[in-house]
Amino acid sequence: MLWLRRLGRSGLNFFERLGRGHLFFFSILSGLPSLVPRGHLLMQQLFSVGVLSFLIILVAGLFVGMVLGLQGYNTLVDFGAEESLGVMVALSLVRELGPVVTALLFAGRAGSALTAEIGLMKATEQLSGMEMMAVDPVKRVIVPRFVAGMFSMPLLAAIFSAVGVMGGFVVGVGLLGVDDGAFWSQIQDRVDFYDDIVNGVIKSMVFGVVVTWIALFEGYDAVPTSEGVSRATTRTVVHASLAVLGLDFVLTALMFD
Amino acid sequence: MNQKNNNPDDVLIKVRDLSFSRGSRKIFDGIDLDIQRGKVTAIMGPSGTGKTTLLKLIGGQLRPRQGAIEVDGRNVHKLRRSALFELRKRMGMLFQSGALLTDLSVFDNVAFPVREHTQLPEALVRDLVLMKLEAVGLRGARDLMPSELSGGMARRAALARAIVFDPMMIMYDEPFTGQDPISKGVLVELIHKLNEALGLTSVVVSHDVSETAAIADYIYVLSGGKVVGQGTQEQLTESDSAWVQQFMNAEPDGPVPFHYPAQDYVEDLMNGGQN
Repeated sequence: MLWLRRLGRSGLNFFERLGRGHLFFFSILSGLPSLVPRGHLLMQQLFSVGVLSFLIILVAGLFVGMVLGLQGYNTLVDFGAEESLGVMVALSLVRELGPVVTALLFAGRAGSALTAEIGLMKATEQLSGMEMMAVDPVKRVIVPRFVAGMFSMPLLAAIFSAVGVMGGFVVGVGLLGVDDGAFWSQIQDRVDFYDDIVNGVIKSMVFGVVVTWIALFEGYDAVPTSEGVSRATTRTVVHASLAVLGLDFVLTALMFD
Repeated sequence: MNQKNNNPDDVLIKVRDLSFSRGSRKIFDGIDLDIQRGKVTAIMGPSGTGKTTLLKLIGGQLRPRQGAIEVDGRNVHKLRRSALFELRKRMGMLFQSGALLTDLSVFDNVAFPVREHTQLPEALVRDLVLMKLEAVGLRGARDLMPSELSGGMARRAALARAIVFDPMMIMYDEPFTGQDPISKGVLVELIHKLNEALGLTSVVVSHDVSETAAIADYIYVLSGGKVVGQGTQEQLTESDSAWVQQFMNAEPDGPVPFHYPAQDYVEDLMNGGQN
């Protein structure tokens, strides 16, 4: 019977946390208007969440694009279709790899940093201190970071895809001799603005919201000790990555059926 | 100090039949406290008796299982969030760690509540902040970051922040813990002076008997979720409670045993490697 009791308890804990997470999300949404007079906080957070993630996105995008160029060429050349390399690289990036890989890297780079920061603020009583000064920490600390994450993710994903296409171009056209006119004109012809690009942007916005939400909640809900913060940081990366991959399937099924 | 402050019936914080538990552990079991306006009231007791929890209950950050806390005639736990925030603007709290915001300088930390709650012009904010920093002796340290401060300085900076709106009361959470004798002396002096000069009500939670007793007008001693002693320092020193005597005189053994409950010592040693 012990295992049944354990199962029940962990089930209750899970739903309790899920409930707290959703209440937290609603408190963020209701705090959004408070960001208007605090524009400078948003700028600071756009820097630390977005700009500081720029380098890893740039490098990863370049290499993913180059690998796509190599692998795509090897497959397409057998069918004499290497001219389509550009569109293959571009569609893979814009629809899937751009949003997904960026979100995974974003969870590792910015998400873990957010959790650790908020968790440490909690552990050092900074959040309690704010509450005692009659300042709502959700409005002052959480909302600017949330909005910064929500806007940074699509921009980073767009940069990832753009750099990736350049990587594919360097390998396909520069090294493997694909015709550069065919490379670009097929991209221009076959990549649809609404079906591919807008849907990719929507995906990355959803991932941005989910990753930032998980990261902030984990920090805010962390046990305020060094062990608690380190566990919360790990959970952020694991949960956010799984959420991104799961949601990607759902969104893809809805968008590209 | 004005006449009103000497009125014995003038209670700022009234705690009645307060009970609070964490999980299955009872922290408070029906305690009653009165904190007089304009006085320094100390709440003492060994570590783990829930002294900090009591401050969080008074500040409305935690909810009691039972009982009521009135601050300035208002039941803290029946207030709406906005009314609670209004009340908190009139309560200062000094956390044990200082709780300074680590990404802001000392100046910006003290200015933080002012900027959050008012639209005062920056020149006025500057004057206000410098006055408060001068009061705690840190006007010259205004540009330092919290990581560059010693523990005592961090607490003084946090104190400047707590008094920036001239609150009606300040709650000090273990202000002397981990401080060197000079810092302790400075903090004792500051708490005493601020109370006199600003007509504040101070609640000092501490287990440093001598420092706290030196400034407290009235002392409550807590243990095991109950008030085990109360009175002025003289009354407590003469108390016939063995518990209060052990605590006030820092005796290692007494009603609070030195040994954590365990089986018989000799029996344990003879057990030969078996638990």
